[in-house]
Parts: sequence; C-alpha cells; structure tokens
Amino acid sequence: MELKAIFYLIPSLIMFCCGLYGFITRKNMIAMLISLELMLNAVDMNFVIFNRFLFPGQMEGMMFTLFAIAIAAAETALAIAIIINVFRWVKNIDVRELNKMKF
Amino acid sequence: MDYSQFLAMKQEIAILIVFLLVFIYDTFMPRSSQKGLPVFTTILMLAATAFGIAGSFCSCCSAATEAFAGMYETSAVIIAIKNILNIGMVIVLIQSIKWANGELMIMRRGEFYELLLVTLFGMYLMISARHFLVFVIGLDCASLPLAAMVAFDKNRYESHEAAVKYMLTAVFSSAIFMMGLSFVYALSGSLYFSKIYVALASEHSTMLIVALAFVISGVGFKLSLVPFHLWTADVYQGAPTSVTSYLSVISKGAAAFAFMVILSQVFGICYSQVWEWMLYALIVLTITIGNLFAIRQRNMKRFLAFSSISQAGYIMLGIIAYNALGVAAMMFYILVYIFSNLAAFGVIGAIENATGKVSMDDYRGLYRTNPRLAFTMMLAMFSLAGIPPFAGFFSKFFIFTAALQGASPAIYVLVLIALINTIISLYYYLLVVKAMFISEEQCVIPTFRSSCGERIGMWISLAGVMLLGLVSCIYSYLIITAANSNIATFFIR
Repeated sequence: MELKAIFYLIPSLIMFCCGLYGFITRKNMIAMLISLELMLNAVDMNFVIFNRFLFPGQMEGMMFTLFAIAIAAAETALAIAIIINVFRWVKNIDVRELNKMKF
Repeated sequence: MDYSQFLAMKQEIAILIVFLLVFIYDTFMPRSSQKGLPVFTTILMLAATAFGIAGSFCSCCSAATEAFAGMYETSAVIIAIKNILNIGMVIVLIQSIKWANGELMIMRRGEFYELLLVTLFGMYLMISARHFLVFVIGLDCASLPLAAMVAFDKNRYESHEAAVKYMLTAVFSSAIFMMGLSFVYALSGSLYFSKIYVALASEHSTMLIVALAFVISGVGFKLSLVPFHLWTADVYQGAPTSVTSYLSVISKGAAAFAFMVILSQVFGICYSQVWEWMLYALIVLTITIGNLFAIRQRNMKRFLAFSSISQAGYIMLGIIAYNALGVAAMMFYILVYIFSNLAAFGVIGAIENATGKVSMDDYRGLYRTNPRLAFTMMLAMFSLAGIPPFAGFFSKFFIFTAALQGASPAIYVLVLIALINTIISLYYYLLVVKAMFISEEQCVIPTFRSSCGERIGMWISLAGVMLLGLVSCIYSYLIITAANSNIATFFIR
C-alpha cells in the first residue's frame, strides 16, 4: 500500500490538538511547556509533509522547519529560565499559585 | 551574491551598529564609567533616528527596493513607520535613564539596552518582511527578549508572574500562527507574500478560512486584540515601567503595521469574502471591552493597559478602511499614540521611581503637591481621550474619516460604535484628572523633583501632544508617501 499525505497529517493534527488540550488543562508549568513543544513540533511536521507530498520540487517548507526548530529551542530555554525564577519565589511551579494579579 | 543589497537595510544596520557599540561599551569599559551607558545609548539611538529621518528626505535612499530575492522590501512608507518607531524608542530611552542608573540595575544595565535594541531590530524585520520565514524570525526576535525584559525587576514577585504569563501566551500564539502558515503553505506552495497573493486568487476553500483565523489570532495576541488580550493587563502591571511603556507603544505600533501588510499583501484578494467580517467583530469587541474594563481599574498601569487595548481597536480602523488614506491615518495615529502614552507613562514612572506608588487613589490631590506632573498627566489623558486642540483629537478624526471612505453601510455602524466608545473613554480618562485636581484629600505623594531625563522625556512628549495636530505638514507628508507607495496598489476590494 502506498503511503499518502493523510497518513502523516492525521498524527500531526492529533499532536497539535493534544498540545492545545494539554496547554489548557495542565496546571504544572513544565507540563504546559511540553504541550507547547508538541504544538510547535506538529507545525514542523505539517510543513515537512506539505513540502514532501504537495510540492516535492522545492525546499521552502523544509527550510522553514529548520528555522522553526531553532526558534522553538530558544523559546524553551527562555521559558525554563523564567520558570526557575518563579520557583525561587513561590517554591512551586503550579500555575494556580500565580494569582496575585487578577482582572 | 550581490552584497550591495545590504544597503537596502540601512535602518536595520544602524540599529545593529548601535547594538554593537553598546555591547562593546558594556563589556570593555571600566566599572567606574558604566554609569554613562544609558546616556551613551540614548545619544547613539538619537543619531540613528537622525540618520533615518535624513534618509527619508533623500529620494534615492527612500526609493522602493527589494533585497534578498524579494524576501525584504523597503520603501518611503516603511522608512516613515520605522522613523516613527525610532522616535518613540528615543523617548523611552530618555525616560528610563534614572531607572537604569538605579541601585538594582548596576550589574544588568547593559543587558537591558541590548535586549531592547534586539527587539526593535526584530520589529523592523517584521515590518519589512515579504517572506513568512523572515516574518516569523522577526516576530520571535521581537517577543522573546521582551519576555526576559518583563522579568527584569528581580526583587519584585509581580515581575516574574508577568513574565510567565507573557512567555507562555507568546509561545502559544506563535505556535498557532505557524500552524496557520502551514495551511497557507499547503494552499499556495510558497511562503513569498507575492506568490501567495497570486495563488489565493482562485482559492475558495474552508481551509483558507481556518488558515486566516489562525494567522489573525496569532498576530492578534501580539496586538492584544480582544479576545486575545488576557495577558495584557497582568504583564503591564508586573513589568518595570520602562518596559511597559515600550510594550504599549513601540511593540503595538510595529505589530499593527505588520498586520496591515500581511492582510493586504498576502490575503488582500479575499478581503470581502473572508477577513472583513472577522475584523469587524474584533474591532467592536476590542474597543468596547477594553473601555468597559478600564473603568474599574485602580492601578494606573493596569488602567493604561486596558486603555491601550481599546486604542489598538482604533488603530485597527485604519486597516479596515483598506485604502492608502487608512495607512496614512494609521501611521499618524501610532505617532500621536506614542507621544500621548509616553507622556502618561513618564509621569507614572517618575512617581513610581520617587515614591513607589502606582495606585489611582494615591494620585488624589496630586495637583497641590506636584502641579507640573499633574498638568502633564492631564494633557496626556485629554490627548488619549481625543479632546480638540490636542493631537489625539486629530488622529481620531483622521482615522474615522479614512474608515468612512469605504462607504459600505456596515462601516458607518462600526464608526458609530467607535464614536460612542470615545465618549465612554472620556469618562474614565477624566476619572484620573478628577482624582488629581478636584479631590480634596491630603495627597500621599510628597513634593519631589523628577530627574533630568524624566523631565526631558515629558517635555518632548508634551510638545508632540500639543503640536502634532496643528503642524499639518506631518500628516500631509504621510498621506503623500502612502498614496505614492506600492502598498496603495494592493487595496482592491
């Protein structure tokens, strides 16, 4: 059986939705960060799939993926640094603790 | 490769040179002369601004050019918006001198200025990008260092809480934005703005609507449009005041212009079928909810956060106008908004630096102890509300006029809603003025003398508030540049 684009697209969509769901429901900041990573990686997969199956003659999607991976790494590094800073203050990484500023 | 195309990015290179010089000063100068770093940066930035403004008068420098195989574009309009952002940046730098020379900042002064300059560079890339890869790099270059700057006040808990909120929402929005881009890529097979524009001409699928919704919500986070505004108030309250003023004017202005470029030059072909109505809903929600929530705020920084949300809605009217006049009115609105908001933030920053008070209740009777600060704040509030002799009235008037050029009945309703909201906004802006001037109580803020930098910053902002509306040549210059630019050719209904 030949593998079509849809066989790759569905896992990537599931990944994106899992990330979205996790970001909204998780209370642990590290878990939220992992969910964000899932979403970003689903985007990368999408670009590669579209490039490979729809436009095989060019490399634009692949190049975008490469840059997106680098950007995602920078985002994670910065987010972890900020989370560590918060941990020093509240001794916890539960987002429900971050409730000093509201409305 | 033709290296002369780097000359097209003159303003970016000017910012990079400023960045490098600040970095060298920060790294190699002895500790005794580190106190001069803020002034050094301000002077360099002033030179870069003067260089950019001089370039806009020289016809060969401001001609429309493409570089890097069409990934980057510059023209007279783009140079003008970058000059506007530069001017705002100079005022922010002048106002932050005292804060940057404070005791807490001794070790980290250089980092603050370096991060600030990098974000400005990212915003320039966003404005000039004509390929989505460059745009995404610019977007992240502009939003990631900002998260670090929000967390800059190490000794205040709120600063860290704000940074977490900003960071998580920024990454979330950029993930959604890039998901939208992947759909656009699937539909058009390219990431060049011009190629997507051509490819979407024959496209009427549901996927296009989904892609557009994702892209609009991604940029909407950055612009803090309702319903993507929830991070705004917390981040503005938690961040150091200098960073808040930067976030509220420069970041917003750059994102608004980049949004206009994307909507017209990438998705311009599906204006009336797809995104016109999305934008209608967003504008009505943004202006109304921003205004209604501003009424109940007691913290001045939160108050200005909601006011800036509703101002973003007015800026968006320049996009929905969808003509060259709308672009000119939007740029003028951003310019006036920079001056009036920075005047207000100048006062807030001065009072916070001297006494640490940011609540509106502390401002009661400010007129008796610090009459000049109270007067500056009053003029800023009048300008933000749009009371006639000040610049804010003219910018609102021009943007409404530009929107009404569209002449569809729906746009009349939209402008009517915006007008009603102007009256609501007058109420809460005057609450501040009432607290300062009419309240009989003894003021808790003692009389103090603000620092030299803060005073210069406030004088410049006040001059802008008083004069920008009356000096008509600025607006007519913007109209002429917008009408002659290639941006005007994309507005097809």
